[in-house]
Amino acid sequence: MDNKFKLPDEQGHFGLYGGKFVPETLMPALSELESAYAQACADQTFQQQFYSLCRDYAGRPTPLYHAQKLSRKLGGAQILLKREDLLHTGAHKINNALGQGLLALKMSKHRIIAETGAGQHGVAAATVCAMLGLECVVYMGEEDVQRQSLNVFRMKLLGAQVRSISTGSRTLKDAINEAIRDWVTNVRTTHYLLGSVVGPHPYPMIVRDFQSIIGRETKEQIMASHGRLPDYIIACVGGGSNAIGIFHPFVNDLSVKFIGVEAAGRGMRNGSHAATLVAGRPGVLHGAKSYLLQDKHGQISDTKSIAPGLDYPGVGPEHSYYKDTGRATYVAVTDEEALEGFQLLATTEGIIPALESAHAVYYAAQIAPKLPTDKLIVANISGRGDKDISIAAEALGVKL
Amino acid sequence: MSDIKATFAKPGHKALITYLTIGYPSMDTVLETVPLLASSGCDIVELGIPFSDPLADGTTIQRASHQALQHGVTPELCLKVAGKLRVKVDIPLVFMTYYNLVFNYGLDAFCKDCARAGVSGLIIPDLPPEEGTELEKISSQNGIDLIYLLAPTSTDERIDLVAARSRGFIYLVSMTGVTGSRDKLPEELESFVLRVRQRTSQPLCVGFGISTAEEAKRVAQIADGVIVGSRLIQLLEEKDALLKVRPFVQSLRDALDNRVEDNSKSRDTKRRPTM
Repeated sequence: MDNKFKLPDEQGHFGLYGGKFVPETLMPALSELESAYAQACADQTFQQQFYSLCRDYAGRPTPLYHAQKLSRKLGGAQILLKREDLLHTGAHKINNALGQGLLALKMSKHRIIAETGAGQHGVAAATVCAMLGLECVVYMGEEDVQRQSLNVFRMKLLGAQVRSISTGSRTLKDAINEAIRDWVTNVRTTHYLLGSVVGPHPYPMIVRDFQSIIGRETKEQIMASHGRLPDYIIACVGGGSNAIGIFHPFVNDLSVKFIGVEAAGRGMRNGSHAATLVAGRPGVLHGAKSYLLQDKHGQISDTKSIAPGLDYPGVGPEHSYYKDTGRATYVAVTDEEALEGFQLLATTEGIIPALESAHAVYYAAQIAPKLPTDKLIVANISGRGDKDISIAAEALGVKL
Repeated sequence: MSDIKATFAKPGHKALITYLTIGYPSMDTVLETVPLLASSGCDIVELGIPFSDPLADGTTIQRASHQALQHGVTPELCLKVAGKLRVKVDIPLVFMTYYNLVFNYGLDAFCKDCARAGVSGLIIPDLPPEEGTELEKISSQNGIDLIYLLAPTSTDERIDLVAARSRGFIYLVSMTGVTGSRDKLPEELESFVLRVRQRTSQPLCVGFGISTAEEAKRVAQIADGVIVGSRLIQLLEEKDALLKVRPFVQSLRDALDNRVEDNSKSRDTKRRPTM
């Protein structure tokens, strides 16, 4: 078996990408996190704690549901949905929040900071902090605070402090800047519970490993139900944690094609989008080298997407590596198309996906009719759409 | 010896280093201010190339960077500004910026253009030595010092790493935090500087949160240089700013020079790094 995908290396590099591009103040904290994580990996008790919480608290395993009505309607490949939307807090983010919450306890860091775009990671972090008895501060861009007010209230209800950020594009990117500034200031007592496979090493590895539970379950489930691996796995990509989580356990199964779906926002032509891998080029942001949306001088671009969780100009370094090596293909879906996917899944299967996940649904619906009926597509429904009802209503011209 | 290193070769002299963001408050500010800084007793000037996401900076430099970008400042333009300053002043000019801008420009092209513009050094707060090998090589080929940073959280191991790799001087971050004025400097500052001093003979300059002559004086008792950034930028935002720059810089210079008698002693106590 070739080890091309057994990454990152010891310095945290995925080929040309990844690494640790952070202020010196944080370097010792990253080493501390690295060794705490290495210990946790070897510690049976820690692993057991993590799995117990995933099962008893978060509701794992999530079903792999054969969407027969949708498949019939499309008239091609069979579509199976990995139902991360059914998890406690409504999205896959809880997997990583539980893992890192336990790590923070292990490191005796009782103050947690987190960034959030859609609010899903913020809610997951606030939830885990309430349950483990940790203090929680969530940074969120002002624009996201406005468009995801339900999740803001939810975080406050869970006892977290939400800090609204009014600098820059006032979205996820700026929330991460501010979280890093907080971490630099309070690093001795604070763990930064980063929510995606981005940031400096070891975050892309740790978040991937905690999220890989999605792909491991999927593999077991599809082997049990169909006796074989899927032909395609499709997931949306903002930072890319749900996608890496479902892709990674299949990385050496080369017959399984990976498709990452980014946000084309209002369209690729006018530049108002968040399709980092489709339209960006390598650079360094938030601690790692990866593809970035940037202008010709290297200034980071403002992004646009109807799905706040995808509204980010960077992407996880492992995805950049998958792109360059051809292991995964990345495509982009517009706001309008995502809304189509959103309604399609609601009306055919009675499942309202998050707008982020709706990008993956739309793309699955595009390729399914072109494939024979015995092909298997797994689409990751990374979150549920309750949080998006008002955005969707507005976009569809409905007054609530 | 690089011209930065030469700054620290004068016995007993404490270096005064000031920071400005190119393009803030106005496009001409840097061209007007740097000669004033040089003639008021400043030894090295750091010129900030503004970046859209300055995550090591506090609100003052964030605001300055944002405004400068609104004014259309680019790395190319910063190189031009440095070139113009080079013929106006004799003191070393150092660029401070974030790695993406250098990476995007191309390491080789950037270092060559820096050398051509007469820039002597680079400070890149999001580039630790672990990721800096390539830029170190290229910058040193072009006669440019890549200056690394240390922080109060740095372990002895990391102090040795940075001491072995930094060129020109070592930038000591006074506290855990971002740039900008504070109510006061941390009590642990002396023990931090001493900890580094015991492991290296490199010049040590302290920055982050130093805004008054008293603070500069306190730092000069233990370090070879003092870096003042955000406070100067705040001053430049005031009315009749240029009239205020000289007295402010002179007050810092005086604070540092009052320390002259004790300096020789502190330099003798430095030891070579243990291998």
